[in-house]
Amino acid sequence: MVKITVDDRELEVEEHLTVLEACIQNGIFIPNLCFLKTRHHPHASCRLCFVSIEGYDRPVTSCTERVRDGMVVKTNTPEVRALQKSAFKLLMSLHPCHPKICPTEKPCLLMRIAKHIGVGLNPKPLEHIDRGLPDLVDFGPLYYVPNRCVLCAKCIHTCRTINQMPLLTFAKRGIMTMVAYFDGEQNTSICANCNACVDVCPVAALLPKSAFTSSVESRKA
Amino acid sequence: MGEGRKDIEDRYKALKNKVQEELEKEKGDGIPTIRVTMSTCARAAGAEETQKVIEDTVASLDVTARVIPVGCLGHCYAEPLIIVEHPQTGFPPICYHSVNAGKARLIVQSYIKDADPAFEYVMGAMEDNELIPPVTTFPRFGFEERIVMAHCGRINPWDIREYIALGGYSALVKALTLEPEVIIDEVERSGLRGRGGAGFPAGRKWRLGRTQKADRKVVICNADEGDPGAYMDRTIIESNPHQLLEGIAICAYAVGADTAIIYVRAEYPLAVKTIGHAIKEAETYGFLGNNILGSDFSLSVRIFQGSGAFVCGEETALIQSIEGRRGMPQHRPPYPVERGVWGRPTIVNNVKTLSYVPSIINQGADWFRSIGTEKSPGTAIFSIVGNVKHPGLVEIAMGTTLRTLIFDICGGIANKKAFKAVQIGGPSGGCLSDAFLDTPIDFDSLTQAGAMMGSGGMVVMDEDSCMVDVARYFLDFTQKESCGKCTFCRIGTKHLLDILDRITKGEGQEEDLTILENLARDIKQGSLCGLGKTAPNPVITSLRYFFDEYVAHVREKRCPALKCRSLTAYYIDLDKCARGCEACVGSCPVEAIFTTKGRKKAIDQSKCVKCGECMTACPKEYDAVRKVSPPSLAPIIERPHEEKVKEGA
Repeated sequence: MVKITVDDRELEVEEHLTVLEACIQNGIFIPNLCFLKTRHHPHASCRLCFVSIEGYDRPVTSCTERVRDGMVVKTNTPEVRALQKSAFKLLMSLHPCHPKICPTEKPCLLMRIAKHIGVGLNPKPLEHIDRGLPDLVDFGPLYYVPNRCVLCAKCIHTCRTINQMPLLTFAKRGIMTMVAYFDGEQNTSICANCNACVDVCPVAALLPKSAFTSSVESRKA
Repeated sequence: MGEGRKDIEDRYKALKNKVQEELEKEKGDGIPTIRVTMSTCARAAGAEETQKVIEDTVASLDVTARVIPVGCLGHCYAEPLIIVEHPQTGFPPICYHSVNAGKARLIVQSYIKDADPAFEYVMGAMEDNELIPPVTTFPRFGFEERIVMAHCGRINPWDIREYIALGGYSALVKALTLEPEVIIDEVERSGLRGRGGAGFPAGRKWRLGRTQKADRKVVICNADEGDPGAYMDRTIIESNPHQLLEGIAICAYAVGADTAIIYVRAEYPLAVKTIGHAIKEAETYGFLGNNILGSDFSLSVRIFQGSGAFVCGEETALIQSIEGRRGMPQHRPPYPVERGVWGRPTIVNNVKTLSYVPSIINQGADWFRSIGTEKSPGTAIFSIVGNVKHPGLVEIAMGTTLRTLIFDICGGIANKKAFKAVQIGGPSGGCLSDAFLDTPIDFDSLTQAGAMMGSGGMVVMDEDSCMVDVARYFLDFTQKESCGKCTFCRIGTKHLLDILDRITKGEGQEEDLTILENLARDIKQGSLCGLGKTAPNPVITSLRYFFDEYVAHVREKRCPALKCRSLTAYYIDLDKCARGCEACVGSCPVEAIFTTKGRKKAIDQSKCVKCGECMTACPKEYDAVRKVSPPSLAPIIERPHEEKVKEGA
């Protein structure tokens, strides 16, 4: 066990933890989208979990820093918030927020983060980017909603861990990067009974087809 | 070690003697030798045809001459080059430039057959002599200090014997007789810094690799050169592959690796072929493979062809790609040197870094330190492109100023234009203005100026370049090449690009400048890997050094360099336009030019697509076409009524 201080609170935590894990265990919320306990190596892609640590000249991602005895962590300095807001606005410039039709349980993780760091759910002053992607992509038994996806890769990791083979992967580059599905009969049968990716998705970018049709119908009605 | 050491040295000496004898024999009694540069740049300039013509002419004239392909001399502006040795004439080896098929035929006829060196085509002599001015008196040759490129363009990359005859692989022989720690000490003392861009001390990396406890370690040579306008690694591989292999072997011996992988872009087919051939040759001669030169050190070298992703030059993404995954950077630590490809400790070095190693081992750390600056010893290799007179590959001592490099070595700006900016370090580097011309070229000075050494790409721009447009160009590149993993790089660069796009189209708002600055700063701080962290550099530096250009675009809707299409217009100066001349009319692809009432020409602004063809077509004596920015400066001349009627009919 080591002692660390987070926002003037003293915590005693296990040594092998990352700062993010230690904070989560102790009920301190740090915005994050791509953190998964089962990942051995932090994905570190959402760039939201910044904290400032004494001795470092700039904020660092807390999912990649291991705790050390005597570490002094601040989760809400202006520098930290500035980076978090910037990253959040970037994400929101691709993610159209329509709370009424979004099947996530409210408040969703994005809403929670927005409230925590004190910004709205719009990308202002940035403009919304329309990538010309389809609303839905057919993933066998699932639908993928590329415009909602924040590319946290939780689905890809979970799918690989559970099925011991890749059914989901990244495709394309740059702003067009999206999740893709290895189509095939065998995959479809594995996929139909799993839903692990759907459960782990923080923004409802993956939906079982059955659930989706019912929600569409209910909206129509 | 004592016995083994002598064995290795004797074995090498015998081999070198044998090779030298063979080469002497092939040279015969004064048979002329014609060396033709056959690297990618030369082939693009027509070297294959030149070589064929030379061979055909030699055959048809019934003379004897050996035609040997060589790599690149670095003088890409003068390709294809040939170097002719004709010992019987008493002339030194002579270099001819821009040798097309016709020149090739003439040179063979007059020099090889009639012993007259065709002076009108001579570039210079390759050695000091009293008959022909040597090339070393040219600034392009004279200012250079060559270590890595010493033999480039002079030896046949397809024949290992030429490299051995010049003492090649002797550094490996020397290394094999030393303890690995001694080699690492020497490299560390030499102060050699990684030439891939970051400038991490190579010796320290090797030592970290050495201290890793693992059965198997891997050395990776990073030849995934992706910067637009950079071609140093390609040229070095195509010109002197064995020097690189020797460096790789020494590195592998020093760190204790048994496998080496050369990660080279598939877009470099000639480099892939050259290095593949070189590996086979080196194995045949016992410099690679099992029990190298009879020692107990073995090394297998493989080639891995990258499939064209810029981000795969980043070491963690490169390793992912070798393992068969999508090339996406991973968070470090663990560093590759701790856990790299297939979980083994992996030492990743750039082509240039490894190519320095043989010279350092042979000539010592002190010699290496005597070149360059205190903190950046050795030389820098730049591929210089853009608006300079003599573009190409240059190797200069570190600490040389940008002014010397651009104006003395590369002959200054082409077409009598003025210097405006230089982009160093490719899309990750920065644009420096003329205020930085006296900056010495070394890792730290360039970083301080906001640019970076990068891998050594340098784009020189003249007064006609619009810096907003240049920043937009580089952002367009990084945005497309982002792997899409982290938020800042994936989405942030796209926003930067969109804003720059708006500004170059004249739709920029005042607050866009603030957003640009803040977003660029956040991307630099927040991104996961080196690509993202450096991607906004062109924006940051151009905002810092060319802010007035941004202001002109945003506030006055004016492009000072007259580059941005939406912000410029062409018109015809009626005082200069000549009656009866129709040159511009024929050149216009959209029929925007009409005849005025005064029988002169004018441009219909609503039709003009601003291609500039009319400006090129207008005869020099008239010089009547003007380009202006903002477009409102162009006088609007109504199309005469009758023409409208004609059109309608």
